[in-house]
Amino acid sequence: MLKLELRPQASEFWRYASPVLALLITVALGIGLFVLLGKDPLRGLQMFFWEPVKSAYALGELMVKATPLLVIALGLAVCFRSNVWNIGAEGQFVIGAVAAGGVALLADKETGRWIVVVVVLAGVAGGMFWAGITAWLRDQFHANEILVSLMLVYVADMVLGYLVYGPWKDPAGYNFPQTKTFEAVTQIPRLMSGSRVSVGLILALTGVAAVWVFLFRTRSGFAQQVGGLAPSAARYAGFSSRKALWLALLTSGGAAGLAGALEVAGPIGQLTPYIPSGYGFAAIIVAYVGRLHPIGIVFSAILMSMFYIGGELAQSRMGLPKSITGVFQGLLLFSLLACDTLMAYRLRWQSGRA
Amino acid sequence: MQSNEPLRLSLSNITKRYPGVVANRSVSLSVKSGEAHAVLGENGAGKSTLMKIIYGAVKPDEGAVQYNGQSVQIRNPQQARALGISMVFQHFSLFDTLSVAENVWLGLDRTLSLAQVTERISAKATEYGLDIDPSRPVHTLSVGEMQRVEIIRALLTEPQLLILDEPTSVLTPQAVDKLFVVLKKLVSQGCSLLYISHKLHEIRELCSACTVLRGGEVTGVCDPREESNASLSRMMIGAEPPALKHQDRTPGALLFEARHLSLPKEDQFGVNLVDINLQVCAGEVVGIAGVSGNGQRELLYALSGEDTRAAADSVHLDGEAVGRVGPHQRRQAGLHFVPEERLGRGAVPSLSLSHNMLLTRSEAMSPSGWIDMQVLQAQAQKIIQQFNVKANGPQAPAQSLSGGNLQKFIVGREIDAQPKVLLVSQPTWGVDVGAAAQIRSELLALRDAGCALLVVSEELDELFEISDRLYVMANGKLSPSIQRKDATVAQIGEWMSGLWEPHAET
Repeated sequence: MLKLELRPQASEFWRYASPVLALLITVALGIGLFVLLGKDPLRGLQMFFWEPVKSAYALGELMVKATPLLVIALGLAVCFRSNVWNIGAEGQFVIGAVAAGGVALLADKETGRWIVVVVVLAGVAGGMFWAGITAWLRDQFHANEILVSLMLVYVADMVLGYLVYGPWKDPAGYNFPQTKTFEAVTQIPRLMSGSRVSVGLILALTGVAAVWVFLFRTRSGFAQQVGGLAPSAARYAGFSSRKALWLALLTSGGAAGLAGALEVAGPIGQLTPYIPSGYGFAAIIVAYVGRLHPIGIVFSAILMSMFYIGGELAQSRMGLPKSITGVFQGLLLFSLLACDTLMAYRLRWQSGRA
Repeated sequence: MQSNEPLRLSLSNITKRYPGVVANRSVSLSVKSGEAHAVLGENGAGKSTLMKIIYGAVKPDEGAVQYNGQSVQIRNPQQARALGISMVFQHFSLFDTLSVAENVWLGLDRTLSLAQVTERISAKATEYGLDIDPSRPVHTLSVGEMQRVEIIRALLTEPQLLILDEPTSVLTPQAVDKLFVVLKKLVSQGCSLLYISHKLHEIRELCSACTVLRGGEVTGVCDPREESNASLSRMMIGAEPPALKHQDRTPGALLFEARHLSLPKEDQFGVNLVDINLQVCAGEVVGIAGVSGNGQRELLYALSGEDTRAAADSVHLDGEAVGRVGPHQRRQAGLHFVPEERLGRGAVPSLSLSHNMLLTRSEAMSPSGWIDMQVLQAQAQKIIQQFNVKANGPQAPAQSLSGGNLQKFIVGREIDAQPKVLLVSQPTWGVDVGAAAQIRSELLALRDAGCALLVVSEELDELFEISDRLYVMANGKLSPSIQRKDATVAQIGEWMSGLWEPHAET
């Protein structure tokens, strides 16, 4: 029979092999799912793993979706490594989008191009503020940050709903719950014509480098991680746990807010009730599949982006429900959690009983 | 010789391999009924593995076990307990979040209610003078108190064979004597003991047989009462431990001082510190004796800066009032600290040794907070070499080191910082004899270099070996100090119970 045996120390190999194995299992389960639904599994896989990369345009779209996931997951990596559990990046994303949208709405025909910078900064500030509420409640009252941040997601949705159904509704919008389309000057500059990829991608990749440097080459980054791994050691070293809490939440909140600004002033171009797209939740999976490591997160963000695009394609071309994306996300997360067992344990075949 | 009576326990050719090491190689051992049998050996010699095999916690790869003349395969601790084998582990197997009584309850058969267990714990505790409150959660207990729980838990099963793994390291001399009375009574009642220790005088007092292990193999079977320390040491480590050279020195300037330090406890099971006064001078080792759980933990938190609730002028470092200042600033002012818990406090288990340097050292860090990895690696490598740490290079995670080697690394890290004042808590707790001797001589070398050392230890032998002056801690209070050459074990033992007042008041 198969037996799990504790390893003397966690396996470095499986740390990186586990996400790959999890992906293979997800694919295998996906094939089974397609067969059960009576669809051609090859075509299904094609939707998810070939269509999103087959042309320059498709690759561009892949990057458009990967950018917000990457940005949010980077922030979450810092947060989770500090042992602070911000589950509400989705809410910080929404408030970031609202703040950025609010600034964008102030622009008119005469406004200069500088407004873009203010739009982005407003998004960051909005996300930080929303995460700051969680940090403050945790700091002052020891409120559980998991619950608080999660609940604030729904509050953020309400705030957005109030604005687009109410004061910010476009008077010329035939009563649709949406703001007017932002002025062109507020648009995040695109990298090239013919593709929706914006400078947001550059910002995200800069973020990868910045987070790597912060985590592995600076004292604050080290302090942050020690606080997560061994709180007593952090206290012994004299690293402040309050500072770590605030830094973790403000970083991840700011990142989520930035992603919100990039979305709303980028591909979307106005505020609608459909801003909450699940990026904030998907980014949690992205962060973990990427091993909370900035480089790993690049790959997992692209993978998750494939799931998003593949899900949309499967919906439009194969008549599968849209929730297939969520199913794939869930399969990947569960496979990963299962495969992570192999980091701490090895499988051994035992014949009979010893 | 009662040759008719079967042996209580007989192991033949036990071998246990772990990935990378052979913990036991063809070990044989026999224990008669009513015999106190010592198992002697350094840490890492395979004693603990062998005991876990007997207790059913580990399965041997080869070899046979006979119990009371019957061939047995002990599959798990429950079966061992059913056979009448009980064990007091060196590393506690207690659940932090449960209370003392609940922990004990877990190991007993299910027919008893929690209230009955609580009652029996209190009864045993009184019988053997092991003071413990059964309702306290385990995470609030000190190391010494946790060991008491383990001892009581073992005694409650009325064992035929009791395995004790270094049980006396956390007891006062008087309590050791009391424990020995208990153990001798158990032996006279026919219970067999397997007694693991490195304290030769204890083994000679208690045991009539001894098996010595080195590197997983048996290197000698003898009657300890007929052997000298030197001959036992030779069997145990292959050589005699180096003697510490200790000369009296005149201490220098006053470097570290606590003045009327009082501090209410942080959690309900802590200890209040009451009017603590202590001085440590340059070139002096000051020892604090006492059974753990009497405020040492709280005192060290306040002295190291991990607890900054004390009044500013209650702690003085090199003339500055630092009571309100955190550990980082105190370190910059020259105060370094080796905590009692190596993994999780003194070092982050999953991080590399070089990263662990950063907890207390900032040489590899630029003023802006940038870490230079090369400097860091070199720094860690230097300590590994200088202090003879057995590790797989500076990249090895802290948790991959044995207790003794990690302690050498942490002590080395703090000594290498050339501190003005060094606080050390339990410098050699659970560390093998060779490493312990090395750590002690390093501490003395640091003293000779003019550092002020404050050593908190539960091992009186150790304090008498390295200290120039002693304090005793009991119930959150600190005794007046006494020169080591004027102190006796009996007197310090009495002080450990808080009985120093009032005549010795300074």
